[in-house]
Amino acid sequence: MKIKQLLTRREFFKNSAQLCGLGTCWLASSMPISLLASKTEKDEIYRKEARYFEKLPNRKIKCLLCPRECVIDDQETGYCGVRENHEGTYYTLVYGRACSANVDPIEKKPLFHFFPGSKAFSIATAGCNVLCKFCQNWEISQARPDQINSYTLFPADVAAYAKRTNCKIIAYTYSEPVIFYEYMYDCAEKGHEVGVRSVMITNGYIQAQPMRDLCDVLDAVKIDLKAFTEKFYREIVAGHLKPVLDTLILLKEEGMWTEIVYLVIPTLNDDPKELKQMCKWIIDELGADVPIHFSRFYPVYRLRNLPPTPPKTLEMARDIALDAGIHYAYIGNVPGHEGENTFCPQCKKVIIRRIGYQVLENHITARGQCEYCNQKIPGVWQ
Amino acid sequence: MKRRKFIKTSLQAGSAFYLGLNANCRGEDQQAHSTISLKRSTLVEAKSYRIRDTYGKLISSQVEQLLNKAMTRLLETEKPESAWQKLVKKDDVVGIKINCLAGRGMSTHLELVEAIVEGLRSAGVPDRNIIIWDRANRDLEKAGYKIQTNRNKLKCYGNDQVGYSRRLYEFGEVGSFLSNIVIHQCTAIINVPILKDHGIVGMTNALKNFFGAIHNPNKYHDNCGDPYIADVNMLPDIRKKIRLIITDALTAQYEGGPPYMPQWSWQHNGLIVGFDPVALDSYGYHLIEKKRKEKKLPSLKEAGREPTYIATAADKAHQLGTDDLSKLQIIQV
Ligand code: SF4
Repeated sequence: MKIKQLLTRREFFKNSAQLCGLGTCWLASSMPISLLASKTEKDEIYRKEARYFEKLPNRKIKCLLCPRECVIDDQETGYCGVRENHEGTYYTLVYGRACSANVDPIEKKPLFHFFPGSKAFSIATAGCNVLCKFCQNWEISQARPDQINSYTLFPADVAAYAKRTNCKIIAYTYSEPVIFYEYMYDCAEKGHEVGVRSVMITNGYIQAQPMRDLCDVLDAVKIDLKAFTEKFYREIVAGHLKPVLDTLILLKEEGMWTEIVYLVIPTLNDDPKELKQMCKWIIDELGADVPIHFSRFYPVYRLRNLPPTPPKTLEMARDIALDAGIHYAYIGNVPGHEGENTFCPQCKKVIIRRIGYQVLENHITARGQCEYCNQKIPGVWQ
Repeated sequence: MKRRKFIKTSLQAGSAFYLGLNANCRGEDQQAHSTISLKRSTLVEAKSYRIRDTYGKLISSQVEQLLNKAMTRLLETEKPESAWQKLVKKDDVVGIKINCLAGRGMSTHLELVEAIVEGLRSAGVPDRNIIIWDRANRDLEKAGYKIQTNRNKLKCYGNDQVGYSRRLYEFGEVGSFLSNIVIHQCTAIINVPILKDHGIVGMTNALKNFFGAIHNPNKYHDNCGDPYIADVNMLPDIRKKIRLIITDALTAQYEGGPPYMPQWSWQHNGLIVGFDPVALDSYGYHLIEKKRKEKKLPSLKEAGREPTYIATAADKAHQLGTDDLSKLQIIQV
């Protein structure tokens, strides 16, 4: 459901005119780079002083939000394109400036052990702190806020819309929520005030302190572990692997419910040896109960020369994970595949049956146990 | 009011009007562009200390004279209008790509842009076919330019005024949307960068100026912009449309860039013109290093920001020009 459907007709037109100035464009993410004129005055309302930066001489600043640690001159933006140095103070440019807002099933994130079958009010802003050559949402993640259509949704509005649409959850997703940290943080706080939880769908490319602070207001995190080699991160992602692994360990220390997605890309990160190493690392550092989703890649953006991942490769990856002792290994983006279901590790029965993003059966009790054998199933169920 | 004054009034922010003067086409009616037979690696540097008044302010007529000197020498013509006629056709739509990020003080000087507009007019290009542009209206305004969008008159605006292509343009590591000014509006581009230090990529001049033509320059500063800056210049719509590069080195900066840092800028009082962006950058790099040495600053390499993208632009995969100073012909006038 798109946000347009969530509003009364009157509110819709009021918001469109007042906030977008763009007529009836609501799902801005589906719009191409726009032909908008400069809206300098309007931009001001989304500007808010950033957290986690250090002032340097000559009006420079150093951003301490993500491992890039961009050093930014006055009037310049950081790598993510949504944070700007203005006379020696750093600002986010996207506070309340959502470019996407949808109601999605939580399975789409995917989070399979977090309120299965629930709806998540899902928002994003422009920008990202890495540059994945296979990004599915590159039209928003690789754009700057003034280049795409957006509309105004301040944190209290986000919480209110989530509530009104019977969403138990707000999901920060599509682009990279690390770069809209302040917005996400405040939305999560506002959400909690009205009984709505928050989940972060992220690349995990964030510094330790901001991540720790964020754990105060989040309820679950999904991490995209994009590969298990530094080479892949350097060449395909424009980032580094270690900070992502550090984030995963930090989330475990914080007791945050975490699931991992691994997008399997033919020839680039589907080497069984690499997959075995990754699964061993997960078992050793995070434990057997962290779910991992092996997702199917489709050629897009700058990796259009590779074929979609063969289902057999995904099955191979899943088998490696199960053999390594990971209890919950899934296959994603192959609707109807058996690997979409949750199996009880004790009695081996299907305890959640899914097709695509739909939950068909759920045999987990209110106490989080397998209905058949009482095995405790890790996750957040109630 | 004299004609020059008219132009100045029209470009400068704060003026309430601008004039659509008819271009006064004189001189030979030569075929544009294709007649240029000069060696691509020739640069002409024109310098004069007379371009400023006693307060250090630029004198428009002197800047124009300086440009004319450089143009006639580079294009080997007697008259400036003949030089411009060699470069552009009357029906070209000419984009003058300036650099305004640093605001007043370290942006392409208005006096120089006026002189270029005058040159284009002299070649018969009508005002409605001239677009002065940079990344954003906001940047242009900060640098003192007035936004002008009337389609029948001289235009001045940023990419944000007309947006970006819907197609992704790719070369090497770069994948970007290009400004509609480059794709749909201009048939010819005159690149008018500023010569200055850059805190991340070392220095910025001709090659880096086209970061202002793509929608995502923030993504391409890693590794001192190497190979991204060279890759952007390989995009066919940029490469094929450039007719001339005029480096504004009237005031240059050797440290603390890209913002304007008066304490690290110097009055070079020069214009460097040529066709080869790599040659322009190599020579500009040389000038900055010379100044840094004079001021007892470490070289850009020692400072950890050697502009290696210049050599990359000259390599086999790019072949955008010559980075070997010994192979360049640098004519001083
Ligand atoms: S959050 Fe953005 S500005 Fe900050 S370090 Fe990361 S990429 Fe750079």
